Amino acid sequence: MTRADQERIFNEKIAKEIKIEPNDWMPEEYRQTLIRQISQHAHSEVVGMLPEGNWITRAPNLRRKAVLLAKVQDEAGHGLYLYSATETLGADREKTIDDLHSGKAKYSSIFNYPALTWADIGAIGWLVDGAAIMNQVALCRTSYGPYARAMVKICKEESFHQRQGYESLMKLCKGTPQQKAMAQDALNRFWWPALMMFGPNDAESTHSDQSIAWKIKRFTNDELRQSFVDATVPQAEILGLVIPDENLKWNEERGHYDFSEINWDEFWQVVKGNGPCNKERLAARVKAKEDGLWVREAANAFAKKRSMKKSA
Amino acid sequence: MNEAALYEYVLRMSDDSLILGQRLGEWCGHGPILEEDIAMTNIALDLVGQAISLYDFAVLLEGKDRDHDQLAYLRYENEYKNLLLVEQPNGDFAMTMLRQFFFDAFRLPLFEFLEKSPVEQLAAIAQKSLKETRYHLKHSSEWVIRLGDGTEESHRRAQAAVDHLWRYTHELFYENQHDVELQENGLVPKLSDVQASWMITVQEVLKEATLAIPTNNWKFEGGREGRHSEHMGYILSELQYMQRAYPNMEW
Ligand SMILES: [Fe+2]
Ligand SMILES: [Fe+2]
Ligand SMILES: [Fe+2]
Repeated sequence: MTRADQERIFNEKIAKEIKIEPNDWMPEEYRQTLIRQISQHAHSEVVGMLPEGNWITRAPNLRRKAVLLAKVQDEAGHGLYLYSATETLGADREKTIDDLHSGKAKYSSIFNYPALTWADIGAIGWLVDGAAIMNQVALCRTSYGPYARAMVKICKEESFHQRQGYESLMKLCKGTPQQKAMAQDALNRFWWPALMMFGPNDAESTHSDQSIAWKIKRFTNDELRQSFVDATVPQAEILGLVIPDENLKWNEERGHYDFSEINWDEFWQVVKGNGPCNKERLAARVKAKEDGLWVREAANAFAKKRSMKKSA
Repeated sequence: MNEAALYEYVLRMSDDSLILGQRLGEWCGHGPILEEDIAMTNIALDLVGQAISLYDFAVLLEGKDRDHDQLAYLRYENEYKNLLLVEQPNGDFAMTMLRQFFFDAFRLPLFEFLEKSPVEQLAAIAQKSLKETRYHLKHSSEWVIRLGDGTEESHRRAQAAVDHLWRYTHELFYENQHDVELQENGLVPKLSDVQASWMITVQEVLKEATLAIPTNNWKFEGGREGRHSEHMGYILSELQYMQRAYPNMEW
């Protein structure tokens, strides 16, 4: 088969909504785009364990402690699942992780913001998992089979996290004034970073067009961000919390909420590594890898010894 | 009935699960491989789940109308009856796995005996916890063997952990008048039987791991009587932080 034939088959599949599978021919750029996107997603799951993991030992009661442990365990599972999906594209997990540690690969900037109070754990579930779902529901129909299937499983768990986060904030909002203030403060700090999770405006987004043509992405950043705002505003109203945006209002004509421009300066600063916790997050991951080196070496050495014993 | 004795007995088990779960929770996001982040969080979750069931039973026995969170969060340090073993710091991964192994090798036969206890609630909790405890022991044993028989460095670290933690293992079999009372009434197993089973597991696994059982038999205890190590205050200050800083609120 000629290169042109392969490309034609690939394009036909994309057009007919037939999933691309690991052994199918695919353009190198398609492969690289997916590896970049999926590994970035995997890194986000893993780095995302840190701000929440910080609160496991301080969770206010046993049930919340159990729920948080279960959530963070899910996130680790998502990371593992997604690293496996990158491996179906020929990526090497260790190398992918090294790219994270060297700063070459990115992860979601949201995790560079600190989790300062218990209410932040609720806000992260509600807003961060909520924004992730917006992105990921769209990815359940992405053109690469293993990624699409991973997303279906992951989305189910993320929506569970979102509901748990919301429910935990509800408890605070129905609690004492001090608790409600804690919830409001968390919303104040997490609202804008959550909106930034959808990435730059469409006009600025470098990878968007090709990704949409290949049906890796199904909606643009701004479309997804708008859906998120539209879905979240009524939820905040039910909580009795105020979204920190003076310009937020329903636009009858558009059938959407209008909202203020994002502080793109802050967005790019955090992407470049100047967020409040970038250094700490990466340092924690690097330390885990370095401290765990002797453990991984031991496991490998042991496996080798055992397989030699077996074959002897 | 032996409510007071049983209360103390159940409280010890709850506290063991809670404090060990708390320690494992500290690893979250910092494990040597992602698979171990998952495993350790999972085990911590099981232990917190056990603690909830056990505290629920303890509050019934206590009869003071407290709930499981009041027991878990609002006692003073000397009222916690957990083993010194479970409050020891995580140290390196070998220390964490050896601590877990010594504990799991104790918990499994304990639950196996308690499954047959005439105290229904205790039997039910034991039955519910058996499957997960089997997995915990399998997981920790495998790591002890891998580390012991892995590289020179892992062997050295694993042996150092055995040598350090051995002094805390004696307390696993601590007994006071309450235990004797419960045993005589056939409500709980004889700890000598649990100990025999523990010893077999420990000998087998350490042998396969090429690790030596320490000859130094110096023994530490005190946790069962509420005398803890210096670590305990720090554990409780994190555990109780929210409840102490924001008293009388629901979360
Ligand atoms: Fe996730
Ligand atoms: Fe995610
Ligand atoms: Fe999640």
